Amino acid sequence: MKKLSARRRHPLAALVVLLLALACTGGLYAAFAPASKAQADETAQSLAIDEGKKLYAVGCASCHGTGGQGTTDGPSLVGVGAAAVDFQVGTGRMPAQQPGAQVPRKKVIYSQAEIDQLAAYIASLGAGPAVPTKEQYGPQGADIANGGALFRNNCAQCHNFTGKGGALTHGKYAPGLEGVDPKHIYEAMQTGPQNMPSFPDQTLSEQNKKDIIAYLNAVNGEDTESPGGLSLGGLGPVSEGLFAWLFGLGGLIVVAVWVAARTAKAKKS
Amino acid sequence: MSSHQIPEENLPAEQEAPHGAVRVADEENPFADPGLPPHEPRVQDIDERAAKRSERTVALLFTVSMLATVGFIASFVTIPHDKSIFVFPLGHLNAMNFALGLTLGVALFTIGAGAVHWARTLMSDEEIADERHPIEASPEVRAKVHADFKQGAKESVIGRRKLIRNTMLGALTLVPLSGVVLLRDLGPLPGTKLRHTMWSKGKLLVNMNTNQPIRPSDVVVGSLSFAMPEGMSEHDENFQSEIAKAALMIVRLQPGDIKDKRELEWSHEGIVAYSKICTHVGCPISLYEQQTHHALCPCHQSTFDLSDGARVIFGPAGHALPQLRIGVNDEGYLEALGDFDEPVGPAFWERG
Amino acid sequence: MSTAPSTEARSRGKSPAGERVADWADGRLGIYSLAKANMRKIFPDHWSFMLGEVCMYSFIIIILTGVYLTLFFHPSMNEVTYHGSYVPMQGQLMSEAYASTLDISFDIRGGLLIRQIHHWAALIFLAGMFVHMMRVFFTGAFRKPREVNWLFGFLLFVLGMFTGFTGYSLPDDLLSGTGVRFTQGAILSVPIVGTYISMFLFGGEFPGHDFVARFYSIHILLLPGIMLGLMVAHLILVFYHKHTQFAGPGKTNKNVVGMPLMPVYMAKAGGFFFLVFGVIAAIAGIVTINPIWGIGPYRPDQVGTGAQPDWYMGFAEGLVRAMPGWEVNFWGHTLVLGVFIPLVVFGLFLAVIALYPFIESWVTGDKREHHILDRPRNAPTRTAVGVAWITGYLITLIGGGNDIVATHFHLSINAVTWFVRIGFFLGPVLAFVVTKRICLGLQRRDKEKVLHGREAGIIKRLPHGEFIEVHEPLSQEQLHTLTAHEQYRPVEIGPTVDENGVERKPAVTEKLRAKMSNAYFGEDSQIPKPTVEEYKEITSGHGHH
Repeated sequence: MKKLSARRRHPLAALVVLLLALACTGGLYAAFAPASKAQADETAQSLAIDEGKKLYAVGCASCHGTGGQGTTDGPSLVGVGAAAVDFQVGTGRMPAQQPGAQVPRKKVIYSQAEIDQLAAYIASLGAGPAVPTKEQYGPQGADIANGGALFRNNCAQCHNFTGKGGALTHGKYAPGLEGVDPKHIYEAMQTGPQNMPSFPDQTLSEQNKKDIIAYLNAVNGEDTESPGGLSLGGLGPVSEGLFAWLFGLGGLIVVAVWVAARTAKAKKS
Repeated sequence: MSSHQIPEENLPAEQEAPHGAVRVADEENPFADPGLPPHEPRVQDIDERAAKRSERTVALLFTVSMLATVGFIASFVTIPHDKSIFVFPLGHLNAMNFALGLTLGVALFTIGAGAVHWARTLMSDEEIADERHPIEASPEVRAKVHADFKQGAKESVIGRRKLIRNTMLGALTLVPLSGVVLLRDLGPLPGTKLRHTMWSKGKLLVNMNTNQPIRPSDVVVGSLSFAMPEGMSEHDENFQSEIAKAALMIVRLQPGDIKDKRELEWSHEGIVAYSKICTHVGCPISLYEQQTHHALCPCHQSTFDLSDGARVIFGPAGHALPQLRIGVNDEGYLEALGDFDEPVGPAFWERG
Repeated sequence: MSTAPSTEARSRGKSPAGERVADWADGRLGIYSLAKANMRKIFPDHWSFMLGEVCMYSFIIIILTGVYLTLFFHPSMNEVTYHGSYVPMQGQLMSEAYASTLDISFDIRGGLLIRQIHHWAALIFLAGMFVHMMRVFFTGAFRKPREVNWLFGFLLFVLGMFTGFTGYSLPDDLLSGTGVRFTQGAILSVPIVGTYISMFLFGGEFPGHDFVARFYSIHILLLPGIMLGLMVAHLILVFYHKHTQFAGPGKTNKNVVGMPLMPVYMAKAGGFFFLVFGVIAAIAGIVTINPIWGIGPYRPDQVGTGAQPDWYMGFAEGLVRAMPGWEVNFWGHTLVLGVFIPLVVFGLFLAVIALYPFIESWVTGDKREHHILDRPRNAPTRTAVGVAWITGYLITLIGGGNDIVATHFHLSINAVTWFVRIGFFLGPVLAFVVTKRICLGLQRRDKEKVLHGREAGIIKRLPHGEFIEVHEPLSQEQLHTLTAHEQYRPVEIGPTVDENGVERKPAVTEKLRAKMSNAYFGEDSQIPKPTVEEYKEITSGHGHH
């Protein structure tokens, strides 16, 4: 359990985040750079859709059907929107590797540019939520405390008080939220991936989502302080009880053995 | 529980020899107790230099304790109470808590370590045998106590004056009742409080995130939202007790997916409203899996199938989640068509 | 008055100040006769005898830190808006209890440390009591004359659980509030009086405005008061009975061998207090416990997953989680078996271990005092019962954290629950059988060692080529230690015809006792310890080694 919490404090964690951030920025740049060239806008868009269609045919069609209509192996993608694609592919969940209770988060195998192309193609199949912009999930103007209240009302029941994750039925689980890109958190709330229910803007407004993301960053972010010391994975009484037994009572028993042990006798000679 | 029915010879075997007697081992009995082994000296007992080393160790430990206490006070005075530091394997933590904990820990631990080291190396370690005496009194004492008691009881005449005895017992039995009566005002009688909630006909469903009434179009398939009755506010005197009964969980299913007939009737275009309070022991249950339509309770894992009248499909809950009958008012907002028709939350004796 | 001159002489002399103070106190309190009996009291040395001290010291630590916490904690459920220094809570509505706990954690210097010491010490206190109780159980230290003290200890454990629970609920945070809600739901399940008890305890409907204040007086006054009294009684009895000891050379049922209280145990036990306090303080400085700021204020319509109680309530939680949802409706009433049965089993499960000493003493019919401890292997049935009990306890404990187990070992929560459901019945039986086998095996090995000596690890080649391992005979001390235990013979049903030739029908209890006695001490339940004759026959003449 120590490991778990230590992992995000790992010296390499910062590096990983940095690389991720670089990759994201690069990807965003790649996505937006052509768009800024005004004239080529529409052409670029249709180009992206074409590219996305090719990628789709290779990587996705076997489960989701050639036109995104869905098969027995995968749901229909018509109308899921670009946000869903960006979330699923951007967190490595798609393409799925093997059937199981739940598709886990994995290494991302597509570049952000490719993901955007895929997203553009899927979005062209039917209207759905678009990929949020940085203004939507960024920290500016967010109310952390209100985000906490919203998080406890809408999210904590599955993801734990501070987003450490938890169990669902039959091997499914709500994943931990540490180290998840704010964009992906936003998209998850918007689209409701897998068994997670969606929280559309009508019932959880854009501002609400922003607040929640800011709260998560405050209590479960990279530099979140754990004032009392080692957080034991933030799992609550189970890990605390284990620690009390192993290191608390265990340590005291070691001390007791020393207190009660016989002092070494002088060698008989 | 006594053994008087069982003849003596069937009782467990006693040790052949009187229990616990110290005997010298001999040819007759190689298992006999050889007695306490002779005391062997420690290094410190025979080597003054070793003893000196021990003394210095103990003194050093006590000195470390003093220094740690000074460190504790210094930390308390100098460290800003909201300062955060990064300590390698532990992460970001409060500097003052860390400093105070460690200095206090060291200050206390070294006192203990010093005392124990002192006892272990410098105090006599010769083992001493102390005699035990039976806990029960000798027959004479026993007889004396019994006689004294009888004498006392006789002098009190309690055996003869039955009227005194009986009225005294009566008085002593009754007097604690006043204490019990005094506890009456700890709380009200249950009445029908557990049967009613704030919901009633025409009350709008108010989204708890946005504090706005909900339109059917706001609730999409696969989404999850929570509602409270209109007119309720977090600042209300009884908000906590009321929301503990009124909390509502709203999901939308494809009408074709709804297996329970009544559920379909009480829904609006596939929008169903269920009590958020688990029927097991009352945890808020809202771990909704949108693909399976299962709702799981995080406390004891009761699982309810929201597409089938919220019946229990796993876990310790004894009955389905109560459903609130909903409709749409003239302005197009979701409203309740009445209170829950059964008590929400945990079951109880009078529930029926 | 006849002693006056001597007293005068004693205090007027040039005796040191300390002695004069002691004389003064003795004249009023009679401390000398107390000291005479106790100052050089002998305590045997063994690490497991210090487990009780771990408990006592952590209890003292809890009281000390608890008093500090009462200075800052506001046991009130009045609603306030938070304006303290913890940013993610600013502006939130919460009870005064929760707000003052945040203040203790963030705005009072050292408050967080004391809070964490208090909570860590509580977890260690309960864990210590559990292990201490098991030590007493497995060594048979509960036998006459210590049965009453066993019950005192048991009561301390149970009261400790409830004191812990009420204290844990005080901050009125979302996690502990969920635990209180569970308690209220469980109370509601009690037939006939459940709703009344609930209304009276909470001053109306849950959560109401009263429970923090009520739990507060229970937590800081009622329960600790009783516990303090019990603990003092427990200690007095330990002094009065004198400590038990393991068998060994010079150690008999009529003596106690060890070091005197003054000075060795003054230093060791006194020092141990500081060691325990030091370890707990250091833990509280390094490791966080119950970070209520991350959990949020209690709202009965909110919850977080991973909702568990502190470990000592975990087995009750496990019983509730594993129970199927049985509910019976009849004549307008509901019997909530799904909650009520675990509630009853919770009590029965604890009662089993509390009453065990009386069951065992009834089976053995033994009325003697026992001051020499059993090695667990030498009481196979008792040891097996104990291990079976612990197994049941552990399995339900796992059930209490089934969601954490599921996520961390990538299992289905339903599978874990089914494991607990089956394991609760099967596990103890298996544990019983296996433990008994192991005990008998160890007894056989002891017997082997006594009769044939210790394996020396030296291989010898005999003139005709055979290899043998040399066995060294045991020393007198070892021989004694390994054969010092008593072995009971199974009780039989007495003659069915009495001395007058009248037929007597053995009572049911008598038959039951004979049966149980046979299960305890029959041929399959213990290995007869080596006799002197066996030993002599093997060691004499053959000259094998």
